[in-house]
Amino acid sequence: MSLYATRRRRNSIATSLAWAAATFGLALLALILTSLLYEGIRGLSPAVFTQMTPPPGSQGGLLNAIAGSLVMTGIGVAIGTPLGMLAGTYMAEYGRYTKLTMVVRFINDILLSAPSIVIGLFVYTVMVHPMGHFSGISGAVALAMLVIPVVLRTTEDMLLLVPGSMREAASALGAPRAHVVGKVAYRAAKAGLITGVLLAVARVSGETAPLLFTALNNQFWSSDLNAPMASLPVVIFQFALSPYKDWQQLAWTGALLITVAVLTLSIVARALSAGRRKS
Amino acid sequence: MNMTASHNEPPTKVTVRNLDFYYGASKALKSINLPLHVNKVTSFIGPSGCGKSTLLRVLNRMYDLYPGQRAEGEVLLDGQNILDPAVDLNALRSRVGMIFQKPTPFPMSIYENIAFGIRLYEKLSRADMDARVEEALRGAALWDEVKDKLHTSGLGLSGGQQQRLCIARSVAVQPEVILFDEPCSALDPISTAKVEELIEELSEQYCIAIVTHNMQQAVRVSDYTAFMYLGELIEYGDTDSVFTTPKEKRTLDYITGRFG
Repeated sequence: MSLYATRRRRNSIATSLAWAAATFGLALLALILTSLLYEGIRGLSPAVFTQMTPPPGSQGGLLNAIAGSLVMTGIGVAIGTPLGMLAGTYMAEYGRYTKLTMVVRFINDILLSAPSIVIGLFVYTVMVHPMGHFSGISGAVALAMLVIPVVLRTTEDMLLLVPGSMREAASALGAPRAHVVGKVAYRAAKAGLITGVLLAVARVSGETAPLLFTALNNQFWSSDLNAPMASLPVVIFQFALSPYKDWQQLAWTGALLITVAVLTLSIVARALSAGRRKS
Repeated sequence: MNMTASHNEPPTKVTVRNLDFYYGASKALKSINLPLHVNKVTSFIGPSGCGKSTLLRVLNRMYDLYPGQRAEGEVLLDGQNILDPAVDLNALRSRVGMIFQKPTPFPMSIYENIAFGIRLYEKLSRADMDARVEEALRGAALWDEVKDKLHTSGLGLSGGQQQRLCIARSVAVQPEVILFDEPCSALDPISTAKVEELIEELSEQYCIAIVTHNMQQAVRVSDYTAFMYLGELIEYGDTDSVFTTPKEKRTLDYITGRFG
């Protein structure tokens, strides 16, 4: 009886600790989001989306940074997604039992948790330095290198979740391997695969460090991939550190934009994977 | 047309000859010899782990999907040794279909589930494909239940319907042999009865092998029975004599429920 009472007491202590920790975490998060909303919304105006980043002391917007972020993220994802997906497909479908797969998985895990500044420095060394100048394309390549491990990992995981019986059933009909993968396994894992790409987009769209050494920044509109390019995270970094009030305001607004974009992507990803579980 | 007397052997479709099978170093099948007859149902019975599913998975070389599994000996399909490494596996599997223990509908519509297999071998017009899908679903006694929802997901069907969908899908590619690996173990008695009825009908056209844990099922559906134990084929004969007058004591012990 006393043993039972002790156990109950321990249980209630552990439960309240868990509650306290969860409340603390959520409260912090709420605090961050509300201050971001409060500060960010104040600066929200059409000018943010129509004007270039201003010099200190004058009016302006974030158009070049938004466009730069979209372009570099887009190219980064366009390069990284097929590579990550193909590698993940190889690992889950073709080379599931090979040494190569184990080695790649290990390296990928390292890449996944590597500080992104390391990626920035790497691309600086292999692209920016030989080219002699910063460029949008090297920024996109740096982002692609962050996309690859995320997409590779989710692709492999999602394909591994597809039951082997599904592959056997397709093979039993005489379907060639590529068909089994492309028409059945991909289809079964579709929502998960899309989720992986969305998560990768969310991950890279807030990255600053890899862009600092590659795309740098640009005060003006530039669609030249061979020239330095502005991006939201780098502009936020620069403006938030500045002493100028209007730059700081734009940094808040930029941060709000990124947060809303990432939040939207995460919700879409969530909804997709919830849909997968139901079907 | 199960009228052939047991003394009067019908033609052989598949001949298993001195078959050994290994999972890595462990030997799962020992020197199996066995025929499968045209238009007949052969059932494989035996306790779990006796190798009956393994034997079935040799017949369409499903084991080839996994490393470390290998078969030695001969399996002749119409006289051709399918264990030959040069055999085209996709072509082999189009001739030897398989139904699994758990229904395995693909994550696509009922219609697409059937069309998937057909498209691998034939390029049909929309109308021809519609006809083939209907024919396959009718053949699996599923048409009336699904004809109004052909374009909804196959995953939305009940377990028994899913299993019949898989049978329809397999039949749609017009195989010669159909392997059933415990097809009813996940089904309720009514669905089981439907699948068994279907197996009987299919045996008029195909050579059928079925692995089952249910001895009554073996008696109900099969013309021949093979009793396996610890990787060996203990006894093979026509179903009636295996169940009424088994020659081996182990067979008798198993079918009377003394072990297994």
